[in-house]
Amino acid sequence: MAVYEHTYRPYAGPLTPEWSRFLIIPRHAYRDVFRSKLFTGFFALCFVCPLVMAILIYLHHNLTAMAIFQIDLRDLAPINGFFFQVFIGIQTGLAFLLTVIIGPPLISRDLSNNALPLYLARPFSRAEYVIGKMSVLMILISAITWVPGGLLFLFQSYLEGAGWFTNNFWIAVAVFVDSWAWIGLLALLSVTISAWVKWRLAASAALFGLFIICNAIGMTVNNVLRTRWGSLFNLTIIMKTIEDSLFRNPNAMGLPPWMVLSPGAAWVALAMAGGFCLFLLTRKVRAYEVVR
Amino acid sequence: MENPLIKVAESEASVAVLPKAPELVPEQPVIDLDGLSVTFGSRPILKDLRGELRGRAIGLLGPNGAGKTTLIHTLLGFHSPSSGTAHIFGRDIRNEAKNIRTFIGYMPERDSFIANMTCVHFVRLMAELSGLPSEAALERAHEALFYLGLGEARYRQLGTYSLGMKQLAKLAQAIAHGPRLIFLDEPTNGLDPPARARMIELIRQIRDSGKAHILLSSHLLRDVEECCEEILIIKHGRIAVYCNLEEERKSNRKFLELETRGDRDGFADAIAKLGCEYALTSERRLKLVLQDGVEIRDLYRIAAEHEVQIRRLNFKRDSLEDIFLKAMEDGNGGL
Repeated sequence: MAVYEHTYRPYAGPLTPEWSRFLIIPRHAYRDVFRSKLFTGFFALCFVCPLVMAILIYLHHNLTAMAIFQIDLRDLAPINGFFFQVFIGIQTGLAFLLTVIIGPPLISRDLSNNALPLYLARPFSRAEYVIGKMSVLMILISAITWVPGGLLFLFQSYLEGAGWFTNNFWIAVAVFVDSWAWIGLLALLSVTISAWVKWRLAASAALFGLFIICNAIGMTVNNVLRTRWGSLFNLTIIMKTIEDSLFRNPNAMGLPPWMVLSPGAAWVALAMAGGFCLFLLTRKVRAYEVVR
Repeated sequence: MENPLIKVAESEASVAVLPKAPELVPEQPVIDLDGLSVTFGSRPILKDLRGELRGRAIGLLGPNGAGKTTLIHTLLGFHSPSSGTAHIFGRDIRNEAKNIRTFIGYMPERDSFIANMTCVHFVRLMAELSGLPSEAALERAHEALFYLGLGEARYRQLGTYSLGMKQLAKLAQAIAHGPRLIFLDEPTNGLDPPARARMIELIRQIRDSGKAHILLSSHLLRDVEECCEEILIIKHGRIAVYCNLEEERKSNRKFLELETRGDRDGFADAIAKLGCEYALTSERRLKLVLQDGVEIRDLYRIAAEHEVQIRRLNFKRDSLEDIFLKAMEDGNGGL
């Protein structure tokens, strides 16, 4: 098929490894996503908090600076689990907004343009397609959650000394695990809604609405039946329960004791939500819908 | 002394794998249907398809709902066979579907695109998904678009393309990765006559290159007749006819229809003495089957001897339309 030959020619060169092909999707998606200056500005804004946190950590170990500003940051904002929990709380909030912006069109565009047969007629499975679409979000959310969180942890360890690193390694684990719990939930919810709701605005609203409606259902069940199990429908409580347990800060939300979930129940609820999303995705992500 | 180029090649080889292109064994069928059946719910769509398709270009024909597109989708692995299987270049579609798709190109019937993309970006993405490294995919995307005549329009958004250009873009994504087998589902749908002629010409070029096999599904008998050497006609989910068009024509080539004036009976007797079967169809017409060794000039010679005028002489050839209509009348589902 060479231009100069004007004839059809098969390809005989090397192929990329199969495991890496899902990464083609985010690479091409970012070209589209970062074309928007508004989104690029928002994404840059997501790094303000890590920067402020890094400055705080630096000031903690700079007595001269503290003397100049006449404040003692050691008492005001100690570097501990709560410090990192606040950081993750802010960053996951931003991750949610980021998901609302770029998540809805991920699959809906392909469905409305009938592009799935093109993807799936290649050596590219449905699972790789979904992972590829999810990784558009997973990579970006990672870049604003556990990656800067890990760097802050290493920065603090460097300034504080090796003892702090070993004594507080659980904080790094908490940052990583909590970030991935949020990443998994947001990415799965987002691609599932994108697969079922074609209209972008409706999909964004559905993502917001899901948290609000689940919250309302959970609270209603809890209050009417005087039980804690309604919280299993409440995604916010589920995620906060997981976060609190990871950062060793039980019931930081201040819920009434009879509404507090156990961490195990929260993890199970999260897994079930993820499983339900996967079930919905398998129903929708197909080359062609079969009319039986 | 160590060759640096070899070193670079070796290091590249560590991050890439060589394609497992199928060996083109001459005796091996392109598609081997082995009792393939497909059922949607309780509705059988394809029923026990059997046969070995070996042609360079195979036309897939059948009325609406016969199962043509389902057959293509099943071969691509979109639907699972309910029983039986099929092999493409010797590989089973049941357990090697992903591997098979490495060397297949697919041009779907309906519009299929990715939004907000230029054509070259779209074709490049599709080639990358087929396993080509990024640079090679870009190079081949440009080549494919120039080859198909979209070179000047390759940086335009796909949404701005005309229908004919969109069809060509779909063909470009189907061939960019250099497949060995190309499935074309209604490639001339909605095209005006010049665009259709261009599409047919391109399909013939690919066929004649000898580098790829083509399975062409179409409602338009003329398209199939112009591009394909073999045809597979499906009716009610079964194979009604599978034949080589040229051989089918050759087998019917010796049927003749004559219109004569003069001593027809004497002329007919003389023809019979040559060993040709004949039938008198009307007062002036007769049909005959030419035997081997008997030429048309022999007929003219005998006619002259019997003072018979041959006013009209027609070869009775089965057109694809005849074959298709015959299959629709009495196709019994076997090869």
